[in-house]
Amino acid sequence: MKISVNVNGTPREADVEPRLLLVHFIREVLNMTGTHIGCDTTSCGACTVLLDGRPVKSCTVFAVMANGRDVMTVEGLEKDGKLDRIQDGFHEEHGLQCGFCTPGMMMTGYSLLKNNPSPSEADIRWAISGNLCRCTGYVNIVKSIQHASQKPAQ
Amino acid sequence: MIPASFEYSSPSTLAEAIALLQQHGEDAKILAGGQSLIPLMKLRMAAPKHLIDINGIGDLSYIRESGGYLTIGALTRESDVDGSQLIRDKYPILSDTAGVIADPIVRNMATVGGNLAHADPANDHPATMLALGAEVVATGPGGQRTIALTDFFTGLFTTALNADEILTEIRIPTPAAGSGGAYLKVERKVGDFATAGVAAQVTLDGDTVRGAGIGLTNVGPMPIKATRAEQALVGKPANDANIKEAARLAAEDSEPSDDLRGSADYKRSLVRVLTTRALRQAISRARGGH
Repeated sequence: MKISVNVNGTPREADVEPRLLLVHFIREVLNMTGTHIGCDTTSCGACTVLLDGRPVKSCTVFAVMANGRDVMTVEGLEKDGKLDRIQDGFHEEHGLQCGFCTPGMMMTGYSLLKNNPSPSEADIRWAISGNLCRCTGYVNIVKSIQHASQKPAQ
Repeated sequence: MIPASFEYSSPSTLAEAIALLQQHGEDAKILAGGQSLIPLMKLRMAAPKHLIDINGIGDLSYIRESGGYLTIGALTRESDVDGSQLIRDKYPILSDTAGVIADPIVRNMATVGGNLAHADPANDHPATMLALGAEVVATGPGGQRTIALTDFFTGLFTTALNADEILTEIRIPTPAAGSGGAYLKVERKVGDFATAGVAAQVTLDGDTVRGAGIGLTNVGPMPIKATRAEQALVGKPANDANIKEAARLAAEDSEPSDDLRGSADYKRSLVRVLTTRALRQAISRARGGH
């Protein structure tokens, strides 16, 4: 089936099987490997991308369901060579160890700050409760999102 | 994990979707949020030949009060229920429920209609909807019919929906003044199914219980309405002795089995404790508290 998905502001067209998962479309058809596959069972959130602005687990969405819609991946955070404040936050606060969960954490954090510019620590922990960090680096991940919340949005 | 191949349709109207169901019969499945169906397809526990994606049908997502009912469009996302001020203010039992389904990211896709139509006894809305006395609207080639939730679940993963019908709306009778409800769930971690869950809804007249609804999650092959526990409360004072007796009956009427979440005895004990707590909170809310 022919689909057209607006990925990070650019229309991307492809002819795909209906069973192709969105995460495989992003990684293997578009060759954008910033989005990670972790558990592949809707648990870990490493594959989190924004679908029409809302975080979703792209291992549990078919690519055809994104036809005609907007997808934002971790590659879409940087604008004109400048890191987004959420990326700065993870850099400044050492919000990653192995880095595997980081793309999903940042997309969830980015979305949280759009909807709730001044989240409490509890709000942040609630928002990332569907993203797992197997390094258990949650303290610094929370600090990273707090750091970002104190900077103006781009 | 890659699902088996299937044909895919994305109708833009309900009539088209129903025509596709008529054409493909039992070979077709409705794809709403997909947060239960897609994992099952990836595990190849489900392999429908045809998926009918209803996400492009525009008028199936809403939360509104009309004609003595709260009506929720079947395609309404759990995050929209969780974020609804109307529901938070007037139907806190529904906020309680939507707020503990899977995790916040899954809830951006997961739908209320799907949580019911999937008929998994581990899902959270069935207990709440049983406690609230809800009914669902099924739309098929002949038009609409309503099905009481008490008649909706017919077995594990099976419902009273015909193969050519779509669950399109959930209707909850607006509770009388002096009503309150609560949903409590014990889960090992965010995102897990309930080890056990209890929904309780009460209507008070002064200190007397006028109406009670109690639903149980994941302690049997189907969602359970704890009818004996409800009857033990109606017409009686809303006091601790009666709450404890209702909780005892709810635990007795649960049918849990041993699994990786705990032993049957443990789960029955959880039902007793959660029913006590949910009833206390429901009564507190009925009196205007939180």
